[in-house]
Amino acid sequence: MIGKPGSGGRAGHRETGAGAAAAPAPAPGSAAPARVPRIPRTRVPVLLLLPSLVGLAFVVLPLVGLLVRAPWQSVPERLGDPAVRTALRLSIQCSFGALAISLVLGVPLAWLFARVDFPGKALLRALVLLPLVLPPVVGGVALLLAFGRRGVLGPWLESMGVRLTFSMTGAMLAGAFVALPFLVLSVEGAIAGLDRKYEETAATLGAGPLRVFCTVTLPLIAPGLAAGSALAWARALGEFGATITFAGNLPGETQTLPLAVYLMLQDDPDTAVAVSLMLLAVSVVVLVALRGRWLSPTRKQPYVPEPDEAGR
Amino acid sequence: MRSLRRAAAPIAAVSAALLLVAGCGDDDKDDKGKKDDKSTGQTPGGSGAPSAPADKPASTITVLAAASLTSAFEEAGKAYTKNHKDQNVKFSFAGSQELAAQVKQGAPADVIATADTKTMDGLAAQVNAPQVFAKNKLTILVAPGNPKKITSLADLSRGDLTVVLAGPTVPVGRYAREALGKAGVAVKPKSEEVDVKAVVTRVRMGEADAGIVYTTDAKSAGEAVASVEIPDQHNVVASYPVAVIKESKQQDPAAAFTQWLRTPEAQEILKKYGFAAP
Repeated sequence: MIGKPGSGGRAGHRETGAGAAAAPAPAPGSAAPARVPRIPRTRVPVLLLLPSLVGLAFVVLPLVGLLVRAPWQSVPERLGDPAVRTALRLSIQCSFGALAISLVLGVPLAWLFARVDFPGKALLRALVLLPLVLPPVVGGVALLLAFGRRGVLGPWLESMGVRLTFSMTGAMLAGAFVALPFLVLSVEGAIAGLDRKYEETAATLGAGPLRVFCTVTLPLIAPGLAAGSALAWARALGEFGATITFAGNLPGETQTLPLAVYLMLQDDPDTAVAVSLMLLAVSVVVLVALRGRWLSPTRKQPYVPEPDEAGR
Repeated sequence: MRSLRRAAAPIAAVSAALLLVAGCGDDDKDDKGKKDDKSTGQTPGGSGAPSAPADKPASTITVLAAASLTSAFEEAGKAYTKNHKDQNVKFSFAGSQELAAQVKQGAPADVIATADTKTMDGLAAQVNAPQVFAKNKLTILVAPGNPKKITSLADLSRGDLTVVLAGPTVPVGRYAREALGKAGVAVKPKSEEVDVKAVVTRVRMGEADAGIVYTTDAKSAGEAVASVEIPDQHNVVASYPVAVIKESKQQDPAAAFTQWLRTPEAQEILKKYGFAAP
């Protein structure tokens, strides 16, 4: 779903339609609403049903485990633990820092990918999206080799007195590295799905390209931008591998919540579970906030091919 | 949509195949359990390939071992299976405290060897009588040639140095703090690593100027690092206990391995990697 640029921008405008379509299916034979194509009722083969139920259980059971085994009575107290509060504060700083970096770098990048054709674009785009599939630890190693003390830019950074490893900035960079693709994908989709006539009109009225971008494009892609930001923020909040590899692990400096959970599991499992619950709640909130965009199956948002896309 | 439906068949096939594999895996495990006592004695232990049941040694024990034992145990494991052809030993290395957490959560392992007695004491309910089989000491790990001129624990409090230690829950991290305490030095580490190998990596990659690790780790890191000795009055001796996990279904082979660790043959290998006799 994420990999389909163009769907993000449109989806926002059809949210009402999507909500209506979620109503219970009409009895067979009755006419479905003309705008929403329905999947005809089919017999479900056991070969498909069985694995899908196992799949469902596979995803749901761990969450149930977390909920069942959670030390509910002491959760508030455990979340108030100074170590947890330190990690929480740091996580909030780092995740929003990572989001800020992603926005500053990602929005222009997304615009470039959506609007400008240049040689090697497909390759560059693939490179920017690479952290989506790259093991985060590898990302951390790569960051070390680029920005670490003996990294490619290390001596130059050091001469300017900048130290990224073992610093909060480093933790932010690690988060931004893994979060950036989520933002770029969402925003690129939103920009690509825009009707260009608004921007063209603004341009004919004498607005420069930058002004058009700031006053017309940005407001129009606001829903896509918000969705991308939420995803990127959540991804940065949960980052573990790149953070511990690149930024290290120090309470109050680089030990974010996921690192704290991992270490607490070794000597204070109940607090680890309490913090996990909190992170789970945050994830659920993010998903709910994005409901119309990522939660509803594609068929509820009918895909109308645009003339230039029909040939693909 | 069409492409989605087209994709459904292969996905279903793969899911079904995975189910089958999962099923087979269970059978395999059961087989292993039943065959524990029968030793075929036909397979050279070193092959280690998890192939058809007939090919594998009668028993494979899983040993959870402290990260600092990595190199020594890998060689010890080879020596053990060479002389005990019906035995195979599989290792899983991590920080002792992490291994302990795994045992508490019921990890399917047979033996655990930790880098301190305190972590092992915490497992009193899960393991049978632990025995110390090796000892280790601490050293200061620095870059090759010691460019920052570090000569003692006291130097580690210098403001121009980036020092990393293992976390306070990791045995080597606790020992390091103990040693620093004995020397009366206050060090603010830049990172608290999750195990001793991670400390070595930080120094080896040049991200840190110094770290406190076991002499054995300094030895196995070879030329990539140098070490500065910590005098005995400040040093801490780490005792390595090993024990059979109570839930293990292979008590006898597991106990045999823990006994073997105290034989001269095993001690010779441990010594080669810098460990001292218990």
